[in-house]
This record gives sequence, C-alpha cells and structure tokens, in this order.
Amino acid sequence: MSDVIYDVKDLRLSFPDMSRKPILGPAPRIEILKGLTFQIPKGEVLGIVGGSGSGKSTLGRALIRLIEPDSGQIDFEGTDITHMGEEDLRPLRRRFQMIFQDPLSSLNPRRRVGGIIAGPLRLQGLEGIDARVKEALDMVGLPRAFASRYPHELSGGQRQRVGIARAIALRPDFILADEIVSGLDVSSQAQVLNLLEDLVRELGLTLAFISHDLSVIRRLCSRILVLYQGEIVENAATADLFATPTAPYTQELLSAIPLPDPDQVWV
Amino acid sequence: MSFLSIQDLTVRLRGKTPILRRVSIDVAAGEVRALVGESGAGKSMIGKSVLGTLPQALGITGGRIILDGEDLEQLSPRARRQRIGAKVALIPQDPLTALNPSRRVGPQITNRLVDILGWSRKAAEARALELLNEVHIPDPARVMRAYPHELSGGMRQRILIASAFAAEPKLIIADEPTTALDVTVQKQILRLIAEMQQRHGTALLFVTHDLGVVSKVCQTMSVLYSGMVVEDTKVRDFFASPGHPYSAALLVATPKYTDPDGSLTPVPEAVIRAVEEEVAAFDRRQEGAA
Amino acid sequence: MRDTRAHSRKPGLRLWLSGGWITILVLAALLAPWISPHDPLAQDLFAGRMPPFWQAGADPNYWLGTDSLGRDVLSRILHGARLALTVALIAGVLTCLIGAILGLIAGYYGGWADLVISRLVDIWMAFPPVLFAILLIAVLGTGMTSIIIAIVVIDWTRFARVIRAEAMSQSKMDYVASAQVVGRSRFGTALTEILPNVLPTIVALLTLEMGIAVIVEAILSFVNLSISTDAPTWGGMIAEGRTSVHQAWWVLVFPLVALFFTVLSFSQLGEGLKDHFDPVLR
Repeated sequence: MSDVIYDVKDLRLSFPDMSRKPILGPAPRIEILKGLTFQIPKGEVLGIVGGSGSGKSTLGRALIRLIEPDSGQIDFEGTDITHMGEEDLRPLRRRFQMIFQDPLSSLNPRRRVGGIIAGPLRLQGLEGIDARVKEALDMVGLPRAFASRYPHELSGGQRQRVGIARAIALRPDFILADEIVSGLDVSSQAQVLNLLEDLVRELGLTLAFISHDLSVIRRLCSRILVLYQGEIVENAATADLFATPTAPYTQELLSAIPLPDPDQVWV
Repeated sequence: MSFLSIQDLTVRLRGKTPILRRVSIDVAAGEVRALVGESGAGKSMIGKSVLGTLPQALGITGGRIILDGEDLEQLSPRARRQRIGAKVALIPQDPLTALNPSRRVGPQITNRLVDILGWSRKAAEARALELLNEVHIPDPARVMRAYPHELSGGMRQRILIASAFAAEPKLIIADEPTTALDVTVQKQILRLIAEMQQRHGTALLFVTHDLGVVSKVCQTMSVLYSGMVVEDTKVRDFFASPGHPYSAALLVATPKYTDPDGSLTPVPEAVIRAVEEEVAAFDRRQEGAA
Repeated sequence: MRDTRAHSRKPGLRLWLSGGWITILVLAALLAPWISPHDPLAQDLFAGRMPPFWQAGADPNYWLGTDSLGRDVLSRILHGARLALTVALIAGVLTCLIGAILGLIAGYYGGWADLVISRLVDIWMAFPPVLFAILLIAVLGTGMTSIIIAIVVIDWTRFARVIRAEAMSQSKMDYVASAQVVGRSRFGTALTEILPNVLPTIVALLTLEMGIAVIVEAILSFVNLSISTDAPTWGGMIAEGRTSVHQAWWVLVFPLVALFFTVLSFSQLGEGLKDHFDPVLR
C-alpha cells in the first residue's frame, strides 16, 4: 500500500444547520459529504471538480484534517487520521500542506512574505531557515527581495506564488490546492498553473487540485473526480472524462463552459 | 446615431493618476458591446462613469458622455440622475449583496418604478409579476414575498435581471453579472440576458473578463488595458484575427477544455512590456499636450 | 487604489489635534505642583467668585477666576487633570487587559469558554452601570483605588464583546486555517495570528475607554463618591459650579471644557492611531 497516499473509505461529513435550530435541542444536520470512497496514488495529480454546494472544499479540508469527518475512514500513507487529535496530527502536518483560494486572506496581512514562509519552518524546528526561504522564493519564481514585502504590496499572481512557496518550503508529500487560480486573471492563471506543473514534476508531489472550472485542469490533472451534491458522480482518467463523460452532470458541466469561439453551438 | 457615445473619457485618481485614458466607446440602440480586460484595466469604471457611481477618490477630468443626444456632464446632478434613472439600468456582479437582505423581494423591484418613475403601486406590482414570469421564475407571487436569503444565487440574479428590465431602459450595464455563479447557472443566466435583450431591444454594455462569455452574447467589443482601449472591433472579427498583440495574447491565454494539451499559455512578458510602453507613450503625449 | 492607502496613512489633523491636547494635559498633570499659580486648596474668602481675566473686576492673578471659596480655578483644573489621567491610564489598561483576554478566548476558542464568558457578559451588562458603580464604592469606600476597581468591573464587558466579535471574524480567515495546516498550536495561533490583527481595535477601544474612565471619575466626583470632597477633581468642580452657575459660570464651564476636550481627544486619538498603524487597506 506504499504507493497510495490517501485511501478514503465511505467518508461522511455533516454540519449543524443553525438556521433551522430549534430553541431547545441540537440543530438538524446537513449532509455535505455522503459516503465518498476513492484513492490518491503517489505522484498523481487529482482534479476535484464540482459546483458550489458540491462539497469539494469540505472534502479537501477533511483530507488535511482541518475538519473532522463524522464517519468513514481517511488513511494517509497507511495511518488512520480520521479522528486523530490535533496533538497527534502536528508531526504529520508537515507532510500534507494546503494552498488556499484567496491568497489575500490566507496570508496574514501583518506579516512580511519572508516571515510568512519561515513561520511553518520555524514551527517544525527545521534548520537553515533563511536558505530554505530563499530557495522557496526561487522555486516559485519570485525575487528574493520580496521577502521583506507585505502581502498587500503584491499582485494577485505574486500572492498566490507566496502561498505556493509557503506550502512547498516544508517539502510535503501531498499538497491540496483549493481553487487557487479562480481569483486570478487569465494571464497569471496560466503562469501559476504552469509553475505548479513544474513543481509537481521536480518535487515528485502528489497534488489534489480543487476547481469549479474544468477548463483549467485538463493539462494539470491525470485523474478527475466529479462531485455533485456530496457524492462522486464520476471518477475517471482525464483523457477519458473529456472524450466520453459518462455522468449526466459531467456532460452538463462540460457543455456549460463557454469556449472562446463564436461558432460553438451552445444549447 | 449611437445611443451612448463616450468620447475621450478620462478618469483620474485624485486628479492625478489616470484610471481611464481618453476612452471612446459607442453603443448603438440595441447593440451588445463587451468591455473586456483583466483586473485593473478600468472596464468597470466606464460603466460607473456613465451611472455616476464612481468611487469618491475618482473623478472625470476630461471627455464627454453623451446619452441619447444629451451630454450628461452638462446636466445638473438632479437632471443627470433623472435621465439615468429613466434610461439606464444596472445588472450588478454580486447577486448576494445587491439585494437588501432585510426587505422582501417585491418592493425592491417595484420601488424604483414607484419612487423614481412615478408609477402607481398597483401597476408596478403587476409589472414586477409579469417580469418575474419573463425571467422564468416559478410562482412569482410567492417570490415577491420572499426574503433574498430564501433564494438561490441564480434565482437572485434572475430577480436582478427582471428588476433591471422593469422600467424598459434603453441601455443596461451588466457588470460581470455571472462571475459569482456556477458555470451551469452562468449558462442559464447568459441565455436569459440574451433573450431579454432581444425581446426588449435594449442596448447592453457587458463588462467581463471572460472571452468565452463575450463570444456567446456580444456583437461588438472593446479590449482595455490599463484604462486604454487597445482594440475596438466586431466580436466575429476578433475571434477570427485579433487586431492587437495584447488582445491576441489574451485570447491565446484563455483556457479551452477542448484542447487536448490544456492550452496553458500565459501572456508573454514581451507583450505586456510592449503594451505598457504604449500606455507610457500615451501618457507622455498627454503631458506634452498639456 | 494604492494611492488611497498612502493617503489614509498620513497622520492627519485629528491625530495631531487630539494627540496635542493629550500631550499638553499630561505635561500639565505632571508639572501641576510647579506650574499652578496657586495652591489648589488655598481658600481666600475675600477673593471669592472672581471672574476670568478678560472680564471687568478680574484679578490678573486668577486667570480663570476663582470659585465661591476663593480657590483658583486654573490651579484646580491642573491638579484635577492628575487624578483624571491617572484613573484613565490605570483603569483603561486594566479594563483592556481583562476584557481583551476574555474576548480573545471566547472569540477564538469558542465552545464552552465562549458560552461561559458570553453569558457572564450578558448578565453583567444587565446591571445599570452607574448604580453598580455607586454600590461598589459604597462597599469599597471612596478613594482612587475604588474608582479604578469600579471602572474595571463595569467596563471589561465592552472589551470582551467587541474583541470577541473581532476574534471570531478573524478566526474564520484562511490564514488561521493555514497556521493550523502547518501545525501551529491553538494558543500560538491566537498569539501570532489573531492578536496582531485585533490590535488596532484594541488600541482604539483602549483610548475610548480612557475617555470613558475620565467621565466615570467625573460622574462619581459629581455625586461626591470620588476622593475627599476637598481634593480638586473635575467632577467635583462641575458639581460645585452647578450651584452657582448664575453668579459664577466659569466655575462650571472651565472644568467642563477640559473634560469635554479630553474625552473627545481620547476617542479621536484612538481612531487616528487605528488608521495610522493599520498596514492593511480597509
């Protein structure tokens, strides 16, 4: 089983619905994830696609245990982390990292870029922090001088590079990228995606790439998981999914994307 | 004869930094024109200049906005508001914040008709019902009494569209109207906007960053970079052969899922540098003239 | 939009004005024994109710006139500033510390801690504050320590409320999640991620609280519950001036003006500092 990073079985997760909470007693729960089963092999780039309310972000956050599932099982490299406490998770945390959707809100506005990247390294007690920060900045193609800047002084694409640098500086085995290009312009979108592709190759990363947009993940992902209302409706190799989408929802999703082409028939 | 004619419009931040650089755009009656550009290109500021809703720090420092034959800048603020209220409407970007959460939907559609255009409340309500029907909302009477949070994002955007068309404006400014929506909902909303536009013959100024969307709903387009119009063309001509290196690069950078290799081509540095230089040269000319 | 930010970072007039007034006041309070033209307690019944210097019948020795017992109004205001500022500083900082810590715990840790602290705040706030203070002083006895305790006991809830809300909204930000992703402990996250981001609010509240402390001290002096009746306090002076407002308005007006500008300056200083020290565009 060493070639599988994540082994997920019948994963279920629900949140209390506070808007329908009775005066007394617990709030009714809304099921977000309804029994998901899949694996992420080592070195794979998995695309997780779905609309709003599909549960894709919740799934991502459950994988890196920012939230605790109700039931089912998540094995990370053979270790059951489903209900692991924060203390036990801490040594594992270095091995799975996350890049967030909105770099502005995921980078502490009051800290400089250098400090943002160094923080996790210091926390994990690593040596040679300065060198590692410089290396991480080099790898994401940012000038080293950016270490002394604040996030709000950077452009959107640059901020997202900082987010990537922070994640890879720890040399994790697995990275979760949650809608990381949806807030970017097309020109920087392509740059960030290309950067990620290079890093995956160079560092031998395993990546889960969450997106609502099928068109940005075709190049990057080897396999795609389509979520619809908390269920996996399709789990297929990228080429197959684009050639012959089997689930009706995938077909609908594909046909709804407006291609930059006035001749596309769009019914 | 254009319904809206923007001529050499210059908008500056605190009278200094240019945000729009002598922008000229014409929209004929019934025309659908796209304003395309990346963030910071100033595309939303054009619509805001027309509507008179520019942020406080920004001001129009030159040029004219001629709406239906009248120069808006020559009118008193009151007359300007009255003209805009009668002839122009807005479909906003974010359907979640564009409706007041503490008021029912119905009055939010009818108030404009009653307060600004002097309709009777009964007539306004009838009109609102009719419009909600037109935008394919099931059980419109119930939706009129609902609060915004009880409705989905797509539903709310439909309501905003109905509300925009309510007073039969001659021009609608749609500011990234589908950016906040799921792609499947986006499709429905775009089709709805196109359908309503055709039925009512309204001119549409469609602000977007998505060339895919442009190719589906627009007839003409202006591509902006750094507050400057770099290309003004017909949509079909643009997609056949873009006329400016920057807009050409933008088209190439737009991802196409039909491309087997995923087409991830960033806008080349050289193209950005060239268009930046174009902007700088323009600024130098302006300073020389002043 | 970058220029907007640069613009709002300029210290601005209100920061200068409010900071200037507070500085003058602090200097006056520190130097009161040396710069006061008279002993604030010295009575001179022959020089009672002298008007300020520009009015007919004024004695140039008494710039702002004298009260009914012939005590120098200016000297009393200067000495009164000592008490006002001492109370403001100590009560303000203590209130801030207690309230902010509890608010931070409630807002960030949530759960049981939040439940207990929030309910406590709710119950606390149901007591009428002035009555509560008077009751406390009655139990503790008069004196500066009692005033400070009363203010802290009453007002920590204000901080707890606001900081709790702020900490809650900050804890939903992704940078808090990202701290968790890299394995930072809960406490570490609160200290390094949340606290710096609620600090501007804390500063603004602190200065506001200092202004409130000045008012509360004045109110307590006004109802004769502050320190000894003889001692120069602004509230005491206002109470006294009220009785003779038709004969000698200056006894009432000058301490009132000092009080007004001090409270206003504190609140403006807070807002100004908040804008000035916030590196983030709002």
